Amino acid sequence: MMEKMVFGRYIPGDSFVHRLDPRSKLIFVFIFIAAVFLANSTLSYALLLAFTLLSILASKVRIGFLIGGLKPVMFLIAFTFLLHIFFTKEGDLLFELGFLKIYEEGLRQGIYISVRFLVLVLMTSLLTLTTSPISITDGLEVLLNPLKKVKFPVHELALMMSISLRFIPTLMDETDKILKAQLARGSDISSGTMKERVQAVVPLLVPLFVSAFKRAEDLAIAMEVRGYRGGEGRTRYRQLKWDWRDTTALLILLAVIIALWFLRG
Amino acid sequence: MERILSLQDIRFSYTPDDPDSRFAVDGVSFDMQAGEWIAVVGHNGSGKSTLARLIIGLLFPQEGTVGLFGDPLTEDNLWEKRSQMGMVFQNPDNQFVGATVQDDVAFALENNGIPFGEMTLRVQNALEQVKMDTFLDHEPHHLSGGQKQRVAIAGALALRPRLLILDEATSMLDPQGREEVIRVILELREKTGLSVISITHDLEEALLADRVVIMNGGRKFAEGTPQDVFLKGEALTALGLDLPFAMRLSALLKEQGIPTEPGTMTERKLVEQLWTLHSNR
Ligand SMILES: Nc1ncnc2c1ncn2[C@@H]1O[C@H](COP(=O)(O)OP(=O)(O)OP(=O)(O)O)[C@@H](O)[C@H]1O
Ligand SMILES: [Mg+2]
Repeated sequence: MMEKMVFGRYIPGDSFVHRLDPRSKLIFVFIFIAAVFLANSTLSYALLLAFTLLSILASKVRIGFLIGGLKPVMFLIAFTFLLHIFFTKEGDLLFELGFLKIYEEGLRQGIYISVRFLVLVLMTSLLTLTTSPISITDGLEVLLNPLKKVKFPVHELALMMSISLRFIPTLMDETDKILKAQLARGSDISSGTMKERVQAVVPLLVPLFVSAFKRAEDLAIAMEVRGYRGGEGRTRYRQLKWDWRDTTALLILLAVIIALWFLRG
Repeated sequence: MERILSLQDIRFSYTPDDPDSRFAVDGVSFDMQAGEWIAVVGHNGSGKSTLARLIIGLLFPQEGTVGLFGDPLTEDNLWEKRSQMGMVFQNPDNQFVGATVQDDVAFALENNGIPFGEMTLRVQNALEQVKMDTFLDHEPHHLSGGQKQRVAIAGALALRPRLLILDEATSMLDPQGREEVIRVILELREKTGLSVISITHDLEEALLADRVVIMNGGRKFAEGTPQDVFLKGEALTALGLDLPFAMRLSALLKEQGIPTEPGTMTERKLVEQLWTLHSNR
């Protein structure tokens, strides 16, 4: 189950998309999300879908893997599709079976909304699949840098995010250990009534929190000893490099948007 | 020889306002020369970690002064002095800040505003010194405890410190990890003349030091070469301290009527005496 999950996962690789600078990928996805709402005709939706598929090809992520991992979302898309088909009663009647009536406009809207939803999910998943969380953090930090002028704590937030990411596996291991320790003491969170299960989680969370606070304190001291005193006067070890790929990617996106504009109905 | 550290009668209490609280560090003085290795030993709660925190300026003493590289440590020169020191703590997980090995080593460099070009060189160099240079992109949860501690040492070394403080840096490691770390420190000292303060419960490690400081209830109980200090034997066991294995074995052998030379502390010396025992008779 967890293995197949695509959301928020990063799969290292060496493709055109993987090599893009996180900044250009973030800008790309943001603009793309806005551009999706430009589409309103069959041709424009077809263009969006084709462009998304091409992007997936360029990332060398297997489409089967992507679709398989997005199963829960697929259900949601199918559901919205059906909702539109059954409840929009405009245009010509296409099909009738007892009380079930499907109209042309319903089918069209159903397909449009599903495609819109699908390309949004695919593109954002592609971003996280091809960019390590730490690169995304770096990219965001640099992109949000202007907000420092209005005293928005960009550096602090980025550091918080990167430290949280770094500690996720550590805390997962710890949860596992505590779980086993509590199991050995006869606690059981996988059976019993809802209330019993919730109660059984408490002895799991309390030690986890205690140890997380202890870790946070140790880490703060270790950081201070290593000279950390906020973002002022700090240099960066992780350098971001904007090269021809990034410019190309954004130019292609621009071309797609112009095409979308002309294909609008 | 340059004196890099000089503690003068420092006293520190975590609760100075409480009239009947005792001092965690109570009137400790000692000096340290450049290139020296000092081991600090003592029972739990004897004030060793507090002492280390006072030296690196995480705490300031209520009385006495901490002299570092010639000047007293103050709030004003704290960061400048701290950039010449490194400290490694006990828990390998709780001091790993970066997402990968190289990021972690670069952390102190970033904080001190070292330019990028210089940074890559120093990171590479520091990781070579601890023999972790093939692990650049590894994430912390894929490393063993000993490897993480070596990365932590590299993180401290990258700033080219003059003084390295190890607060029980090997105590959470298995014997192999412990040996890796100690070997790295020994080599570093040989090559770069680094000064080391190592706080430890491992007496075999303390025997490697030039000087041993024994702490007891916040006070300095004894100070001297390992040979001199451990000769106190019984007085140390009365403080709840262990003696090095070779010394304990020598004492037991003596009870059995097999005398060894007084002051036999290392296993190697003991073995040497034992196998030549027969021919010496
Ligand atoms: N943060 C703190 N707040 C209050 N008291 C503290 C704090 N840290 C330590 N102490 C007290 O100060 C004394 C010295 O503690 P310290 O941690 O320096 O001992 P230690 O020699 O390092 O012990 P150990 O071998 O267990 O690490 C102890 O009595 C301890 O209870
Ligand atoms: Mg301690």
